[in-house]
Parts: sequence; structure tokens; C-alpha cells
Amino acid sequence: MQDSRTPAVSMRNITKTFGPITANKDVDLDIYRGEILSLLGENGSGKTTLMNMLSGIYYPDEGEIFMDGEPVVISSPKDAADHGIGMIHQHFKLVNVFTAAQNIILGIDQDSESGKKIGGFSKLDIEKASKKIREICDLYGFDVDPNQKVYDMSVSQKQTVEIVKVLFKGADILILDEPTAVLTPQETEKLFAVLRNMREDGKTVVIITHKLHEVEAISDKVAILRKGEYIGTLITKETNAQEMTNMMVGREVKLNIDRPEPHDVKPRIEVKGLTVRSDDGLLKLDDVSFTANTGEVLGIAGISGCGQKELLESIAGLQVIESGEINYIEDDGSKSSLIGADPVEIEAKGVQLSFVPEDRLGMGLVGNMDLSENMMLRSFRKGKGVFTDRKTPHALAGKVVNDLEVVTPSIETPVRRLSGGNVQKVLVGREIERAPSVLLTAYAVRGLDINASYTIYDLINQQKERGVAVIFVGEDLDVLLELSDRILVLCGGKVSGIVDGRTADKNEVGLLMTKLGGEKVG
Amino acid sequence: MDKKVKEPLIHITKRKMIPKKQEWAIRLGGILAALIFCAIITSVATHLNPFAVYAKMFEGSFGTERKLWALLKELGTLLLISVALAPAFKMKFWNLGGGGQVMAGVLAATAVMITMTDKLPNGAIILLSCLAALAAGALWAFIPAFCRAKWNTNETLFTLMMNYVATQIVAYYIIIWEHPKGSGKIGVINQTTHIGWLPQLGGNPYMLIVLVSIVVTIFMYIYLKYSKHGYELAVVGESENTARYVGINVGKVIIRTLILCGLICGLTGWLLVAGTDHTMTTTLEGGKGFLGVMVAWLAHFNPIGMILSGFLLCFMAKGGSEISMAFGLNRSYGDILTGIILFFVIGSEFFINYQIHFRKSHRKEAADV
Repeated sequence: MQDSRTPAVSMRNITKTFGPITANKDVDLDIYRGEILSLLGENGSGKTTLMNMLSGIYYPDEGEIFMDGEPVVISSPKDAADHGIGMIHQHFKLVNVFTAAQNIILGIDQDSESGKKIGGFSKLDIEKASKKIREICDLYGFDVDPNQKVYDMSVSQKQTVEIVKVLFKGADILILDEPTAVLTPQETEKLFAVLRNMREDGKTVVIITHKLHEVEAISDKVAILRKGEYIGTLITKETNAQEMTNMMVGREVKLNIDRPEPHDVKPRIEVKGLTVRSDDGLLKLDDVSFTANTGEVLGIAGISGCGQKELLESIAGLQVIESGEINYIEDDGSKSSLIGADPVEIEAKGVQLSFVPEDRLGMGLVGNMDLSENMMLRSFRKGKGVFTDRKTPHALAGKVVNDLEVVTPSIETPVRRLSGGNVQKVLVGREIERAPSVLLTAYAVRGLDINASYTIYDLINQQKERGVAVIFVGEDLDVLLELSDRILVLCGGKVSGIVDGRTADKNEVGLLMTKLGGEKVG
Repeated sequence: MDKKVKEPLIHITKRKMIPKKQEWAIRLGGILAALIFCAIITSVATHLNPFAVYAKMFEGSFGTERKLWALLKELGTLLLISVALAPAFKMKFWNLGGGGQVMAGVLAATAVMITMTDKLPNGAIILLSCLAALAAGALWAFIPAFCRAKWNTNETLFTLMMNYVATQIVAYYIIIWEHPKGSGKIGVINQTTHIGWLPQLGGNPYMLIVLVSIVVTIFMYIYLKYSKHGYELAVVGESENTARYVGINVGKVIIRTLILCGLICGLTGWLLVAGTDHTMTTTLEGGKGFLGVMVAWLAHFNPIGMILSGFLLCFMAKGGSEISMAFGLNRSYGDILTGIILFFVIGSEFFINYQIHFRKSHRKEAADV
């Protein structure tokens, strides 16, 4: 695609490697002023790495960057800021005990208006900074109180502070790394409105994403990366989801998730009045009650940090519980309580409970151990006498690699060297091989590419058809609505509603996530 | 392109996985570079022929049978302590208290040998001193492990301080048991009766400790690699969350592992008192608790590898003291050489993991394309 204008930023032949991994290979990218560009690609396709090179976090191994036609060297975030480039990272970099204004002026040497030092030895002029922050907010429609402490803010407010911080430094090219991952649908809409205002003002916006409907909603153009290589740029209006997916994945992909009808539904896990506090006494789960059935996928929706982790860990025997009941219901209706039992004791009760935790390498697997040793995590106690049995897990690792098409140099490769999707296949594969009667999954497809995600959905559906009670904590509402039979919505540790996955719509669930749907108890 | 674009002079990238052979080639290259560097330093600083100096170092370690056995005794002791530290380190429990745990064993063994001599037969004293030393070593390791498991205290400082406590208690009892009176020393315990002394295997006083160290090293290798305990402690070391997730009781594993660690240190203390030195001084472990940390790290916590790294350090120590005597050099000269060699050995690990690109070669590469 040709454009007669000179691009604001041109990246040419950019290559970046990390050890054996080539994150970007010969990438060319043009970014024009006054446009919103989506950078689309599956996870691991090198979107973030590419933008990190533009914002001075990494330095390319090869290639050149031009701004307005002139070659530039960006070897630090300061260089990037000097060139008017600012990046809003996925993980916020704010000081919790500071106010919005204090965070925004942090690290700025000079007041650009007066030339007076505001860092260093001269006086901090918070008043003046606050005034400028308010001006920026009014201009683009942000809602930030300069005097509010960061620890009092919601995730979306923190994100706003990050954006204002970048604008305050005078950036006119903004890069946002998966900004909607932590937002509700309503908050996303608000963010998009602000981004559109910025475009009207002549700013350039690059938004990194792997969600197609967002690309369609916000961007003028979409640049697609696949496996570190640049595939092409399209005008958003002239393309569609199927074409973008095919370019992103490199082949034809079907875009709907199966949802087999549940059969032989019986209650399996019964949770009543579950209340859990964190170590520092914060209420994480507040009087949560529900039943998970066999042969059914129970989706759990909610903004991140609303008690999803604690809920799953409570059932898995990893959480100290303040009050409430968790019962396992046998086929014949007899109940046994899981409260106070650790994972070994739960297994001893004859309950095959599999758990795919959110933190794959920090909890589900050991990154530095190889595939076979990771299979051993569940089976090492079965060895003879004092010794571990290494043959069975080794064979199991081979089976999982075969069945789930795990891409790995060998079974002796440490799992941290595998890509995110393959790590997840190893973990899910191990948990499913235990022939569970209950399967708990937390963000099972986070960070996975489309292929791997569909493999995981298929595996979950297979388990459901086997009669397993599946509890699926998800973050993408579209997926939850397509996969789950019922959806339980958590808001601030409380159940704000349980809806039918087949009839509920996205807006309804979105409202329940922010509790605007009122207090429905399911 | 050579006008205003300033590239950074060097940049560092992580290497791809490299074959074991190449890894060892880099390590060997590191040692070779260290020897060349030491040779240059030696000729500049001392005006001696570096090859003569190196030859003397070999002589100091292997020159006579007596010197060889002295080296083996040092290596055996060091190996025992390093191997004792291995499981704790593999669990990422930074036990810097190996020395203190040895001294606890030394004190317990000495106490039995001195106070029980007239009350029990020789065999019973040997047995009792062994059990007492094992218990004392285990106790000295148990205390910090318990506090870490229970209250998450910092084990590094805790074990470090326990060293000083042990040394001070030993100093206290040296005064109580001093012999002859007023000497401020204990002297050789049961010098005439040899009560509580361990038998000499093959007529050699050091044979026993060398054999024990080999057995313990092999035991530890198998324990870490093939046992359930070894697997559990590796999981705890890598991720306590994963350990909890599969139902491993983290506190129990920490305490159990440290008790094992303390038992081996206590055993070492017993072998020093009853087997080789037959006395108690505040410096009996001779800094090997710390040296063992280095041995264990250099070998990446692999007990078999510790034989190599332990040997390197013992060889440098013996060789170093030999050259300082033979050439009338300052005693520290040996330490300087040891330091240089270690620096290169540890430095070669960096080159195993990372690759350095210089600006010049980088640009040439780009031009080639």
C-alpha cells in the first residue's frame, strides 16, 4: 500500500532476537500522523517487542528507524520521549502511594513551559502540573483527579493516569499495549472515545491487540504481524474479521466455538456461603454460593482480581477459608466436605480434581524442569519406596506431546523454553490425563494464539462430554458467552448474578461485572 | 550510514542453547586465559619464571605422599561440607551456616570425649560422640530452618549469625576444658589413652574422612537426583507455589532438608575431632563453611561436580602456600592467584549464557546482507 505522505515513523528491516527466539525478523512498518493504527498479531508474533524498540526499551539487532524521513537512534526511553513517542505498557508503572499528579511529573526534568527546573534542586510545582493535567483532561475527555492517590484508583483510572503521563511529556505518538485487556466493555468504549478525540487533535495512536472486534471498532489501518514477520497493512474499512484472521494465522480458520448440549447433568461441587480473606485481611470472597454440575461448563466472569483466583484455590484446597462450605457430591448424592483438606488429602478422598491455575509457570508447572519432570509433579509419590518413578511420567510426557501436538525440541527441554501455547498444552494435558471429575481452569487461553486457544476449547468440551464438571474462569466475554452453559459473574468478591450462557448478552454480563445489574442471586 | 547514526558500541544478546562440549570448551578456555593472565602478573610483579611457579604449585599439592594426603584430607573435609550445603541451596535456602553446624558437631564430640572418658568403654564413647555430633549439627541447622518455615525469617542472616554463636560457645568451653591449665588451649584429647579416637584405616589417619566423603557425595548425588525427597526439595526451590499446588508441605521439606544438611555437617565435625585432629579450636573448620558455598555454586549444586570445584580450590590453597614459602613471597600471593582464577572461571559462565556483539562487526554483518 502506497501513501504519498512521509510517514511519521518508518521502521525498516528491524530484526530482534532473544537467544534462540527471533522476536522480529526484517519488519518494515510505517506509521502516519493523525491515524489510529492497530498492530494485530497472535501472542508471540512480536508486536510488543517491535513497539518496545520504538519506545527505547530494546535496541534492534538490525535495521533502522526513520522519523519524518530522517534516521534516528532510539536507545533509551528518554530518546523516545525526546522524539515525542510514548508507550503505555500492559503492566502499569505507577507508584501506589503517590497521587496522580506526583506520578505524572515523576522523572520529568524540566517544566517545558517556563524552562524552570522542577526536578533536581528546584521546587516541585505540583499546582502548575495539576493545572496542565486538567487542561489535558479537558481537551481529550479524560477523568482524572490530580490529587487522588493511585492506590485508591480502579484499573481503568490507573490506565488513564498512564496515558496522561505520556501526553504530559509531550508525546504525539502514543503506543498502547493491549489496553483493553483489563477493562470492562463499558470502560473500553470510554477509552476508545478518548482515542478518537486524540486522533482529531492530530495525535498518532498505535494500539497493540489481538482482538478483531477492537481493530474494527477503533482503527483506521491495521498492520499484521505473524511469527515475528510483517505480513501487511490493510485499511480497516476494506477488510473483515475473516481476512484479518487468515493473515494473522496464515491459513483458513473457523471462528466459532462448539458448545455441545450438556447431558446427564448432576450437581458435583456445591459451594455455600464461602467467605475468604487475603493475608492482609481484605475480603476476597463474600458469601459466595453456587453449584457446579457434571457435564457442564460453568463460566466465571468478572473484572480481574474480583475473587476468581481465590474461588478456584479454595476448591483446590490451597486457600485458608474463613467460613462457608465446599462439598463434593458423589454420583449417589453423598457429600464430602473439601474444607481444610490440602491437595493430597483431597485426592485421598477419591476426588480427582484437576486445576489449571492462572500462573502456569509459577504454580502449575516448574519452568526450569523438563516436560517429564513436570509430569512427575502429580505422580512422583507413586514411585517405589524412597525413589521416584521416572519412566511413567516420561512416557506420559511423550503421550501429551503427541496427542496435543506440543512443539518442543525434546521431552528433556525445560518448559520455560516453550512458547506460551505449548506451556499451556503441557499443563492442560497433564491435568486432563488424571481423568478428573472436576476441572478448574483459570484464564486457560490467556496469551495463547488462535490455534492453541481452539485446541484448549476442544479439550474442555471433550472433558465436559465425559461428564466432568468444568469451571472455566475467563476474561474474554465473547468466549465465555460462546463456551459456557452457565456464567457466574463475580463483582468485588460477591456473586452479582448467574446467567444462562445461551441467552445472556454481552451487555448484560458487562453490567453485572460492574454490579450495575443490581443484586441478583442465582 | 556512517554519518550521524550513533549505534551503541557493544550490545549483549542471550545465546542460543549451546552444546555441552562447547560449554566445557568455554570453561577450559577461561582457565587457560586465567593461567596466562596469572603468568603475566607473576612475571611482572615478582620477576619469577611463571612456569617455575606453576611447577612449584604442583609440587605443593602432589610433591610427596604426605602432601598428597594433606590435600586429600582438605578436599574430603571441604567436600563433606559442600555436599551438605547442596540440598539446601538446591531448595534456594541460603545456608551460610555450614561452618557453625560443623563447630556444633565438633563441640558435641569433644564434650563426650572429655567428660565421658572415665565413665564409658571406648566403643561406647565413639558411638556416643558420633550421635552427639550428629544431633548437635542437626540442631544448629534446625533452628534457622524452623524459624524460616514458621515465621519466614531470613535464613541467610540467621545461619550466618549462628556461626558466631557456635564459635563463641566453643571458645567458652575451650577455657573450661583447657589442658594443661593456663594454656588457653585444649591440646590433644586423650593423648596417651587414645580413648574416643577413631581407628586408622590402612594405617593412614586421613583415609577414613576421604572414604566417608566419597560415600556421602555419592549418597547425595542419588538423593538429589532419584529420591522423592530430592524431587520435593527441587520443586520447593523452584517455586513454593507449585509445591503447595501439588500438596507438598513446604515447611516440612525445609526443616527435613536442613536437618539432613546439619547431620552431614555434624558428622564432619565428629570426623575432625575423633578422626584427624583430636582437639578442639575455634578455627577447626577453617572457613570451610564459606568455602563450601563457593564449591557448591561453582558445581551448580551437583555433588559430583563438587569433586572438581573442591579440588580446584584445595589445589590452589596448597599450591599457593607452597609457592609463598619456596619463593619467599607474601602469603597472600597464593590468594591473589586463586582470586584471579576464580574470577575467570565464574566469568566464563557469562560467556556461556551471553554473546557480545561489537559495533564494527555488527555493521559489517549488515553490509554483507
